Amino acid sequence: MTLLLLAMAILLLGAVAMLLLSRFDQNLSWLGAGSVVVAAVLGCIPAIQVLMGGATERFHFPWPVPYGEFFIELDPLSAWFLVPTLLLSALAAIYGVGYLRSWEGKRSLGPIWFFYSLLVLGMVLVLLARNAVLFLFAWELMAVASFFLVTFEHERQSVREAGWIYFVATHLGTAFLLAFFLLLARETGSMDFNVWAEQGIHTQGLASVLFLLALVGFGTKAGFMPLHVWLPEAHPAAPSHVSALMSGVMIKTVIYGLIRAFTFLGTPPLWWGWGLIAVGLSSGVLGVLFALAQHDLKRLLAYHSVENIGIIALGLGVGLLGMSTDLPMLMVLGFGGALLHVVNHALFKGLLFLGAGAVVHGTGTKEIDQLGGLLKRMPWTAATFLVGAVAICGLPPLNGFVSEFLIFFGAFKGGISTGGETAVSLLTVIAGLALIGGLAVACFTKAFGIVFLGEPRSEHVSRAHEANWAMRLPMLLLAGGCVGIGLLAPVVVGCLQRVLESVLAQQPEVVRINLASTTTSLMFVVIGTLTFLLVAVMLILVRHGLLTNRPVAESATWGCGYVQPTAQMQYTASSFAQPLTDLFRPLIGTRKSILKPSGYFPAEASLKTMTPDLSREEMYRPMFERAEAWLSQLRWLQRGNVQLYILYIAATLLVLLVWKFR
Amino acid sequence: MNAASFIPLLLALALSPLLLGVINRTKALFAGRHGQPLLQTYFDLWKLLQKGAVYSRTTTWIFRAGPIIGLAVALTAAMLMPFGKLPAIIAFPMDFLLFAGLFGLMRFFTVTAALDTGSSFEGIGASREVFFSALAEPALLVALATLAQQTSTLSLSTMFGSISGARWLHSGPVLALVIITLMIVLLAENARIPVDDPNTHLELTMIHEVMVLDHSGPDFAFILYSAALKLWLFAALIVGMALPDTGNVWLNLLSAIGGILVVAVMVGVIESVMARLRLVIVPQLLVGAGALAVVAFLLGLA
Repeated sequence: MTLLLLAMAILLLGAVAMLLLSRFDQNLSWLGAGSVVVAAVLGCIPAIQVLMGGATERFHFPWPVPYGEFFIELDPLSAWFLVPTLLLSALAAIYGVGYLRSWEGKRSLGPIWFFYSLLVLGMVLVLLARNAVLFLFAWELMAVASFFLVTFEHERQSVREAGWIYFVATHLGTAFLLAFFLLLARETGSMDFNVWAEQGIHTQGLASVLFLLALVGFGTKAGFMPLHVWLPEAHPAAPSHVSALMSGVMIKTVIYGLIRAFTFLGTPPLWWGWGLIAVGLSSGVLGVLFALAQHDLKRLLAYHSVENIGIIALGLGVGLLGMSTDLPMLMVLGFGGALLHVVNHALFKGLLFLGAGAVVHGTGTKEIDQLGGLLKRMPWTAATFLVGAVAICGLPPLNGFVSEFLIFFGAFKGGISTGGETAVSLLTVIAGLALIGGLAVACFTKAFGIVFLGEPRSEHVSRAHEANWAMRLPMLLLAGGCVGIGLLAPVVVGCLQRVLESVLAQQPEVVRINLASTTTSLMFVVIGTLTFLLVAVMLILVRHGLLTNRPVAESATWGCGYVQPTAQMQYTASSFAQPLTDLFRPLIGTRKSILKPSGYFPAEASLKTMTPDLSREEMYRPMFERAEAWLSQLRWLQRGNVQLYILYIAATLLVLLVWKFR
Repeated sequence: MNAASFIPLLLALALSPLLLGVINRTKALFAGRHGQPLLQTYFDLWKLLQKGAVYSRTTTWIFRAGPIIGLAVALTAAMLMPFGKLPAIIAFPMDFLLFAGLFGLMRFFTVTAALDTGSSFEGIGASREVFFSALAEPALLVALATLAQQTSTLSLSTMFGSISGARWLHSGPVLALVIITLMIVLLAENARIPVDDPNTHLELTMIHEVMVLDHSGPDFAFILYSAALKLWLFAALIVGMALPDTGNVWLNLLSAIGGILVVAVMVGVIESVMARLRLVIVPQLLVGAGALAVVAFLLGLA
């Protein structure tokens, strides 16, 4: 615990130092990144100890806030989330040093590092807080710090708008959380998480209300469809290392919050599991479909976060069904898959956002259709991006396959050991995950193929340069993590033992037996993938042997006899995705504007496709417009006069006092 | 795993190119032609392995990796597929998921290798490939879920082992529906009519063949061989589910080989009597296959 407190102190001091020192020296990125890296290393040590079987650690400190107490605790669940959070924070910070270099001298980098450290601090506190007031305080710290990071390039109108949407969305979510915590506090008479977990909620109706509040409140931050509107706006607007951090780990604090909330609410009724599965399916399938239809690389990745949150929700749903039907195997596989996917998504989505950042940095554009042929100019970025792309598609031998394997395993296992509606809901998980996987392959062959392969589509590419080492190193390490978890799957899943014990309220022995049968299967998976790699290496040698001393020529791509191909003729992101976006048009509402060629010698033709966010356009925009129209009637209250506002506050306090002591 | 587990692998390695010959001879029979020799694919493979190669200047290492990863996937998958009631070399609960995942990896690299050429023809093929396979994937897994639920086991080897005459009597309709689903998946995954036409002369109308247009020499031999293996493995999946255990090892093996040839003849017959479906109709076929599998699952629950 001392190390953790020290890490938090370093984060805070680093933040303040950056703010103060940046007036004197412009190039202080290394100090900001350095403090985050040191804090991350210090913080990881106790977290890993706890995961390896160390005792849960607590720290109390009186805090002069009504109902508040500075009570933090490091238990296995917090530790499981803390490790990826700290690691990705450190790697993204190192990347940030390289990424922000082009702004050096143009503007002060003090504020961005200040808020970056505060965001990391906020996330750490959210994961450790055991007092509701402290939790909400940390939650707000996280929201506000990330808001300022998103609006780093605030001179651009679109960035300000994205920041605004994020700010509103996150606070709407917090409102639901506030209600959630207040209801719990009223029921138990305490603000202490451990008291809530011990007492539990025994009225079914109240528990269900709390479940829904948590689902909406946390879901807004996580981006459950249709509460996801802020993600596709804020992620592209933020600097890439911040997008990586927000998408990779910040939205995972939500999954932590949900799992923590489940430990308060007692045995779930069946419909909670179904609810989470429904949420997971809609987020997963719609997320990947919207991603497929995007032309902006970072927007595409943002929609993929929605998809992956959906996959995690599917795992949680399977786990909840296991709790309702009292099948430990289902709990272990469902929660285990969801928890592992949290880590995996942090790795590959962090990697992909950093890769996208390197592309933006190198070429100056994130329009997929402007790019092409980048692999030759940015070989490192391309190779690591490829690793991330294969991993996010859930393909062996990488880490994405392992966590999806666990969720599939749970669904199949439940399918054969339960019957009736539970089996049917698990069948939808199987079909949904399969469809999501297939569509993800479509999406990432597009993202990788159009951006990095083929011929350059515009002069943006000819200017392209490889990322500097500060940016390359984190990408390489993250790619190594994706491969590592893929090949060490049984070991990593074994680490879930303590976490699952603390979440599931099951005997350690029960968890161990079920986890053991899982890791046995995973060992065979690893044997299979190692065989695959071995065969591939042998084939490389065979091919090399066959082609030595034989004519190997270079030529143009076969164009069916056409001799003057141009880069413009290549398939584009929109044409690649067109069959799927057409098929799913009722769900995603892609719009096309076509100028058809006409006459014998057509001079002009064009096709544009656009896929605006359906729920933003059809649901939130009308809703907020109506609310604005209605609320604008109250505008006479606002005179822009500070004294008047103070009068309002005084009057309100007076009314409240009178009401209280009447 | 024992020595007998290697028989499925060896049979797949040796006999898979034969299937393409059987399909072509069946089609020739329908068309009233004599047709290619049955062993034509072996000759083609031999010829291609003797050649040099030509690479497009646009391409990178991704293009060269495509065929290698494809063949490595097919060879590894062959170790996961039991045959004639003999267990596979690598058999464990949920092995079919690794099987499906590996073929997903093969698709990923075939498609990216196609995009690497910068050719719009190969772009068309790549786009259609990911389109159809995304829809075939749920059908395949729901069919497997149905089978898992019927046999209460989670490994291909034990699933196939527990198919018996009694099970066919008890839940024949469920198994039949699953087999129809898998047959449609086989046609889609292996680029056969009615989803794709391997013999068309026009690049615009092909899917799989157009994606590999630029490959030549040993690379193309790898692709051809992995396509043959993939067809064999999907046929083995169907045969393993269809044929009951006879109790005799040799009879099981012989009937499985016979079954695979029957599947090849059926593919040939389908190709002879049907035209390729229009592209907009194919999704209906694939979603229909998925729906059949769901019906089978529900029937099995009842």
